[in-house]
Amino acid sequence: MSLNEILNPVTLPAWIVSVPLAAAVLAVVLPKTGGWAGIFTAILTAAMVAALGHEILVHGPVQMVIGGWLPPLGIALYADGLSAAMLGITALVSGCITLYARGYFSGSAASRRFWPLWMFLWAALNALFLSADIFNLYVTLELLGLSAVALVALSGTADAFRAAVRYLLVGLTGSLIYLTGVAFFYAVTGTLGLNIKVAVGSAPASMTVPFALMAAGLILKSALFPMHFWLPPAHANAPAPVSAALSALVVKGSFYILLRLWFTVFMPFINPFSAQLVGMLAAAAIIWGSLQALLAERLKLLVAYSTVAQIGYLFLIFPLSSIAQGGPNAWFGGLYFVLSHACAKAAVFLSAGAVMHCCGHDRIRDLHGIVARLPVSVFAFALAGVSLIGLPPSGGFIAKWLYLNKALVAGQWWWGVVMIIGGLLATAYIFRFFARAFINTPEVAAGRPVPWIMEWTALGLAFCAIILGLAAPAVTRLLDVGNPFQ
Amino acid sequence: MKFDDWLPLLILFTSLLPGIVIFLLPEERTRWRTALNLGGAGLKLVLTGIMIWGVRHAHVYETRLPMLPEIELVLNADAMSMMMTALSGVLWFVTTLYAIAYLETSSQSRSRFFGFFSLCVSSTIGIALAGNLITFLMFYEMLTLTTYPLVVHRGTPESLHAGRTYIAYTIAGGAAFLIGVAWLKALVGSVAFTEGGMLAPYVDLFPSQLRLIFLLMICGLGVKAALVPLHGWLPQAMVAPAPVSALLHAVAVVKAGAFGIVRVVYDVYGIEFSAELGLLQPLAAAAAFTIVYGSVRALFQDELKKRLAFSTVSQVSYIALGAAILGPIATIGGIVHLVHQGLMKITLFFCAGNFAETLGVHHVSRMHGIGRRMPWTMAAFTVGALGMIGVPPLAGFVSKWYLGAGAMAAGKPWVIAVLIASSLLNAAYFLPILYRGWFQEPAEPGFGQPPAGKLETHWMLLGPPLLTALLALLAGLLANAPFSPLEWARLITAREYHP
Amino acid sequence: MTISTIYSLVGVALLGMGLHALIIHSHLVRKILALNIAGAGVFLFLVAVAGRTPGPLPDPVPHTMVLTGIVVAVSATALALALACRIHQETGSAHITENEPE
Repeated sequence: MSLNEILNPVTLPAWIVSVPLAAAVLAVVLPKTGGWAGIFTAILTAAMVAALGHEILVHGPVQMVIGGWLPPLGIALYADGLSAAMLGITALVSGCITLYARGYFSGSAASRRFWPLWMFLWAALNALFLSADIFNLYVTLELLGLSAVALVALSGTADAFRAAVRYLLVGLTGSLIYLTGVAFFYAVTGTLGLNIKVAVGSAPASMTVPFALMAAGLILKSALFPMHFWLPPAHANAPAPVSAALSALVVKGSFYILLRLWFTVFMPFINPFSAQLVGMLAAAAIIWGSLQALLAERLKLLVAYSTVAQIGYLFLIFPLSSIAQGGPNAWFGGLYFVLSHACAKAAVFLSAGAVMHCCGHDRIRDLHGIVARLPVSVFAFALAGVSLIGLPPSGGFIAKWLYLNKALVAGQWWWGVVMIIGGLLATAYIFRFFARAFINTPEVAAGRPVPWIMEWTALGLAFCAIILGLAAPAVTRLLDVGNPFQ
Repeated sequence: MKFDDWLPLLILFTSLLPGIVIFLLPEERTRWRTALNLGGAGLKLVLTGIMIWGVRHAHVYETRLPMLPEIELVLNADAMSMMMTALSGVLWFVTTLYAIAYLETSSQSRSRFFGFFSLCVSSTIGIALAGNLITFLMFYEMLTLTTYPLVVHRGTPESLHAGRTYIAYTIAGGAAFLIGVAWLKALVGSVAFTEGGMLAPYVDLFPSQLRLIFLLMICGLGVKAALVPLHGWLPQAMVAPAPVSALLHAVAVVKAGAFGIVRVVYDVYGIEFSAELGLLQPLAAAAAFTIVYGSVRALFQDELKKRLAFSTVSQVSYIALGAAILGPIATIGGIVHLVHQGLMKITLFFCAGNFAETLGVHHVSRMHGIGRRMPWTMAAFTVGALGMIGVPPLAGFVSKWYLGAGAMAAGKPWVIAVLIASSLLNAAYFLPILYRGWFQEPAEPGFGQPPAGKLETHWMLLGPPLLTALLALLAGLLANAPFSPLEWARLITAREYHP
Repeated sequence: MTISTIYSLVGVALLGMGLHALIIHSHLVRKILALNIAGAGVFLFLVAVAGRTPGPLPDPVPHTMVLTGIVVAVSATALALALACRIHQETGSAHITENEPE
């Protein structure tokens, strides 16, 4: 290959997948280099994703075929505005998690095992967002799941192992059901591509089986109520940077696939009732997750249940988009939720990790007066909480506003009521920890000092959630490229 | 963009940037903190002055920032914004002086306090300058978030309980307001503040939906404006340090709610249209009830700050009452009371803070003879109290006069009864304090004379209440002078009524 | 009934039985076995789909899916068994229930 071919922006997708993979292999072979491989990957991936985003804004979606072998036997990669946004948020959040993990794992034995697994997870995420056919998505889903499970087990406690094995079994079940759907899809249509527009005339009834199977598998992997039971233990018992990655990014992977399938491939075959059904499950998730968060005794469990609730917000994109009137607001709203939740939830988990590092436990009842010892972490928690509640000027507010607007214009005001209730409940559970942090305790109990990088990466991510709220025009411009509603 | 387009944003930044820097300052850097605080406050006053001059000469100052495809962040300087901005700027300056003196003796975490203090003022300025409901909503919620750490500053269980109540009320109010704004946007498409209101053309299309939206918005705003029964957070928030009470009750939170009600009635619905929809009667009734209820509750409070809190509940509803009566005279009364009540109430709170800080006196029952020990503070308190009662020539009298005259002009004599009752009640709970403080023998040791050769208390604790008391006096005495609050209110009102 | 259809039905039946066993049993090794059987069912289904071509040669695409799937299944099973061993080591039992109290 000539230098020109290597540097052609069209090849960026391949590099974006390969760099973390190479770093993972390096981290396995030479364990001491793990941390540096991570940092190097973070910087390089961020640069490449930025370049890809620029390319997409200027020239439209990017396609490439690996090795010159054409689909369906070869693998094609595709990147449009949505892919770029997901890759971007992955690079941002993963970069911060990488920096945090340097502090978190420094000097511990788990570091040797963390870095290769973390790089594999990142490679899997990148490959997932760049895949152009539904079977490749299955492969990336599996890689993602396996790395995530191994990372959860890294804590080494019995609870963590049990949570990990449950996560693994549920994940494999979901992927298997998804694969069955892929098989049916192939049997009916004879193709695997994501961007195909299957002609409406061709056997609409037989499209419901593949769709139902694929959707069921993906809903199981995305932890939509009532399939959420595996998520709280897994996210609560993992080490803090892993919890951040799981809540912020990994659950978004399967959600992304469902988005693609619903709006690109299966759109003409979906009847509005299924959209409303998904909406009802989403509403249940919001209410149930928030209530459980109010009752949780441990901080990380509270945050994990908050994820269950926020996933409900994500899934509201389906009923709200099923009505054409009012424009594509729900599309942007849902994606904005994905982006801002990724930043905010990662920030919250990272700051919870700092608190746990300092105090040795995360029982909320005993976490008073933290603001004196860890002001930066508490502030990060607060800022991220603003986005989770949906208060201005954060990304969460923009997302909520877009949803509310679409709900009211389209006449589906009941979703608006659910969201408002969700916001009030979120305020309650965020303040459960936050208020306690301000209690003025006379005794300043000794706690382990927390590396500064742990606190400041959390704060940085929290700021990103806020800045997302102010940069909406730019972000929507990127998301518009390849918008399925055009 | 020209300088004119950036000026509103700059005014916002004069407190935002110092606030952010102050957060990062270590505790010991007192001088830096003071310099940033006062520098920012001073700069804000200068820029506000420039803008007031400009608005008088019909300059247009507007910052528009796109937030979403159909929504812009708009900061706009019209007459009403300038009045609120000027009030906030002046009062922030004096409160900063006061807070520096008040906190330097007692506490910890001053960087955190002054950081949020500055952010709180930025939010208030944002509310003042907001040019549409979305911008207003944004800064309204930001105000909630930035005032919470101030309320819980002391970290005691009472503070946290008060903070929890505060958040519960204000977030719920914010949610109601959000629904109202989103609904209005979905119905009508535009949510910009327009002089004279912009909803009149829609009267035939959705009257009942517009009524419901009005109710939602007033409920949301009424929480901060302490309309009964949404006032429950206010007396509890008195556990906060005195500068916070002063800020919350004169400048920021309560005024934001009242200002919002004025904006919604005049610049979103339009006063004539509101009357047409039948929205004014219920609002007037709620305001009148609050006025009387607040005054009655104040009678039974022994703790001075709680008495002042209920007095605030009562007095702020004068503004809502003025907005709810159709007619320019009542409008003038309500709008000018925004300024007058601010000046008088902050004086009272400063004095209460002085009594607590210097002498440890928190209760009215211990205030015997306190006027001998702290004559200047007591004098300022007297000016504020008399103004609240409505004694001429103080500012409070001017507002009540206009409200009364406006009620007569609108054919609502019952409002005059409410005003008289309220004045009587005010006298009933303020005059005993004055009598006790000036004329009764001191029961506490050390209340005899002020310390020889020294000021009765720190100059930065003494200066602000004297200054604001003087301003309250001048606002009343010189009410007909150009650039007085009254004259400004007349200017605003003239633009709100269609000829 | 063609051969393909019979294989497809058997494949789907195996999938169903495997999922059923996964939910019913609480011993980890049984669950892992159940998943493997379910997987085998899906693979069988895919092979059946591959056999539906008109000509003598089968469709290679489902075969690639099966091969990839087998690789994934093997690694996943390895990980699951390793976790099961560790759980047994730590807690002395290898049972796990669906909705464990946290």
